Amino acid sequence: MEGRYDKEGGEDLKMALLEVKNLKKYFKTKSGLLHAVDGVDLHINKGETLGLVGESGCGKSTIGRLVLRLIEPTEGEIIFEGKDLGKLNKSEMRQMRRKMQIVFQDPYASLDPRKNVFELIAEPLIVQRIYSNKRELERRIYELMEIVGLAQRLVNSYPHELDGGRRQRVGVARAIALRPVFMVLDEPVSALDVSIQAQIINLLLKLQREFGLTYLFISHDLSVVKHISDRVAVMYLGQIVELADCKEIFKEPLHPYSQALLSAVPVPRIDLKREKIILEGEVPSPINPKPGCRFTSRCRYCQDICKTETPVLREIYPGRFVACHFPQKGQ
Amino acid sequence: MGTNLNTVTSKPLPVYKKRSQGAEIWRRFRQNRNALLGMGIFFILVSFALFAEIIAPYDPIQQNYEKIMQPPSRQHILGTDELGRDIFSRIVYGARISMTVGLIAVGIAFVAGTALGVICGYYGGVIDNVIMRFVDILMAIPAILLNISIVAALGTGLQNVMIAIGVSNVPRFCRIIRASVMSLRDQEFIEASRAAGATDFFIIIDHIIPNSLAPLIVQATVSVGSSILQCASLSFIGLGIVPPTPEWGAMLSTGRDFLRKAPHLTTFPGLAIMAAVYAANLMGDGLRDALDPKLKR
Amino acid sequence: MSQQEKLLEIKNLTVHYETVDGTVRAVENLNLSVGAGQTLGLVGETGAGKTTTVKTIMRILPVPPSVIKSGEIFFKGEDLLKKTEKEMRSIRGAKISMIFQDPMTSLNPVLTVGEQIMEAIGLHNRVSKRKAIELAEEMLETVGIKGDRLSDYPHQFSGGMKQRVVIAMALACNPQLLIADEPTTALDVTIQAQVLELMQRLKRQYKTSLIMITHDLGIVAEICDYVAIMYAGQIVEYGSLEDIFLHAQHPYTKGLFSCIPDLYSDDKELIPIPGLMPDPSNLPSGCRFHTRCQYSFDRCEIQEPPSVEVSPGHHVKCFFAVPEKGEPQGTPLGRPV
Repeated sequence: MEGRYDKEGGEDLKMALLEVKNLKKYFKTKSGLLHAVDGVDLHINKGETLGLVGESGCGKSTIGRLVLRLIEPTEGEIIFEGKDLGKLNKSEMRQMRRKMQIVFQDPYASLDPRKNVFELIAEPLIVQRIYSNKRELERRIYELMEIVGLAQRLVNSYPHELDGGRRQRVGVARAIALRPVFMVLDEPVSALDVSIQAQIINLLLKLQREFGLTYLFISHDLSVVKHISDRVAVMYLGQIVELADCKEIFKEPLHPYSQALLSAVPVPRIDLKREKIILEGEVPSPINPKPGCRFTSRCRYCQDICKTETPVLREIYPGRFVACHFPQKGQ
Repeated sequence: MGTNLNTVTSKPLPVYKKRSQGAEIWRRFRQNRNALLGMGIFFILVSFALFAEIIAPYDPIQQNYEKIMQPPSRQHILGTDELGRDIFSRIVYGARISMTVGLIAVGIAFVAGTALGVICGYYGGVIDNVIMRFVDILMAIPAILLNISIVAALGTGLQNVMIAIGVSNVPRFCRIIRASVMSLRDQEFIEASRAAGATDFFIIIDHIIPNSLAPLIVQATVSVGSSILQCASLSFIGLGIVPPTPEWGAMLSTGRDFLRKAPHLTTFPGLAIMAAVYAANLMGDGLRDALDPKLKR
Repeated sequence: MSQQEKLLEIKNLTVHYETVDGTVRAVENLNLSVGAGQTLGLVGETGAGKTTTVKTIMRILPVPPSVIKSGEIFFKGEDLLKKTEKEMRSIRGAKISMIFQDPMTSLNPVLTVGEQIMEAIGLHNRVSKRKAIELAEEMLETVGIKGDRLSDYPHQFSGGMKQRVVIAMALACNPQLLIADEPTTALDVTIQAQVLELMQRLKRQYKTSLIMITHDLGIVAEICDYVAIMYAGQIVEYGSLEDIFLHAQHPYTKGLFSCIPDLYSDDKELIPIPGLMPDPSNLPSGCRFHTRCQYSFDRCEIQEPPSVEVSPGHHVKCFFAVPEKGEPQGTPLGRPV
């Protein structure tokens, strides 16, 4: 895991492959404005993996789709390789898609049930008109199948004939087909059995090593995020509450929510005694959120100021960001 | 930085040969006995239409006043009608009109309905609203009234009858495919295709339509039957096929006056219509299942 | 199992599904027991036969396609497989209850939660309506929901709250055995922690035995006393929490531990179990794990390994299982003739 990115590089914005500034996405609903993503700033450096964790509805998947411009932001900028994606027209964006790809959570839903493995992997190559020669296209597809570990005999199989792990390998092959530099991995292993999860995680790590890929890894599974990420951002109700180096955040989470989240993960060990923080209540509605810190209703350190003043994501020490009035030291 | 995803594969690569879809579909279709039965009946009716001259023992419009309304006999296996014409021959020739009307009218409705439905379902918003309100209006008008108005405007004749019936069937196709497209539109694999850089047109042709075929095929086969019936009703009120051209619906309606005296006048054309509708439905069900790779056996 | 009273004992249970494509051997020769007040974790991946096993206990498997080929399931000394449907009805919900994975679909959307809890009570107790309402309110409070939400509909509750309602329904008749089929898989971590805590508290309070189906070894570590690891319809390892977490012997159990990332150690390399779960309608001969096992030798392909009690209460179905005292049952030297 070491050496994949330069810690000092975090400050040097020229190193950032992707930068997101004040990103907002609101959805109109019958009961009001749903703040799915509410003012997110982050950057991802070349070659690193940024883990994005949070519970369902916190907006992490929305961010994944926003940075690929699969949905349009309400506000904010997405800068990829120095270009503002919001300013690209349709065909420029189509060109850009070669460089940025996505692997979806559910390998069943994300593969067209009426296409076989060949057609599925060929699709990105065909829509981007990469090969004019059919033989070359074929060669590339077999090559991709080998890279992701799919046997050649599966070339004619349909998604429903494959198990989850193989389906996800097809999903990965589609994503890397265009030789991207950046990939959004949206819960790529959540739908898989544990023994298969490890296979896919190792595949993703191998691809990153070999091809120097940059990942935005979205997941609710903290152990997986810890395993794969260089830096981690914790989200709560559309906002980033903590962002830091992976090892640091897991060793010593500073935001009360990160602490609770970490302590809530069941650990497959019986030789560890941990203090368990059980959060009261549930995630409040993201529709028309009240001002102030969004975590107040469940926070055990909540003070008056938290209810009126929204804490900003500030840098406590280099590379360590927390959005809390009273970041807690020591768990 | 290393964006080169090339790896050298040493093994010789096999030439990709797609497992032939046609053979696969036919194999699955063949295992469905009902579908085969439907296809058998359909083939008989089609060969009636194609080789009517050879199959029919008599001239279908030749009247014979000595043999009026005779019950089935050795000479006239299905009997004769009120003008002494051979019913079997008339059914054989009638297949020509009925099958053409059924298939072409449904074809028109299928193409137009699918195009409109896909546009509505995929793009939504104002376009959807405008088209769908228009479709609602079409749907609110009884089919027969709509047919009459269209034929009245365009004039009688086989071609106009087909257009009229086709148009009156458009709303159903449109609604069905719109619903199906709307549920498909938000599927992850469509998003995946978009993430790869696919255009809307590509997504519609390559993903949306193949995945919404199943309900369309069922609707199409049901419509073949109802189109034949609609054609018959138009003929009945004198706007469709002009006598003495043999047509199943027209035969049915003229025979109605003699229902008690000579039931075979209505029974046999009725059976012919039923057979056509039934065959289309059986075939449609079989085709729908055969086209779905998930239902592999 | 210790000297404790066995509440549930499954002996040699074999369940098949007869389908057009052939026989699916979902569960084979399964032996399992749960003591009073204990929690058993049933761990395995998709298709291991966990759900089939517990649905057989409840006798709620659809017949056909399922066929109970052999076996006995003793619940308090009586064989559940010999009970009539009518007798089973008085056991289901009253003495054995089940919680399903998805709280969204296990509640009826057109009835209020109160009506549904009252129904669960009314099925097995003759109580007046007023008494039933009182009881339902009490149950709701027990699972941490305000009693006045009795007349709310399921859609007015969040996922975690719905699962609480389901738990309230399951415990309404104070059953002796509660079966939970991945009850927290559909929930978020912080909500999962709440629900697990609730289940543990209620289990103690009502002295209920619990069978917890899960694929998450973390949950097992937190709430189970005993663990059964299932693979392809068989229990490959069974033992106490310590036996499994500290002295695991079966290669599959070890494989499971080495393929999950560890939150509390840095730079652990994941070692996936190679290959795939075998097709249950076409299982490998001999040991079912031999196709994916790095230790397998030719005997594993031919002969099914016996279940060896390596230490009191710790059973391992593998030729390489080493008893605490004594020789392994089948070393590579002890090849079959």
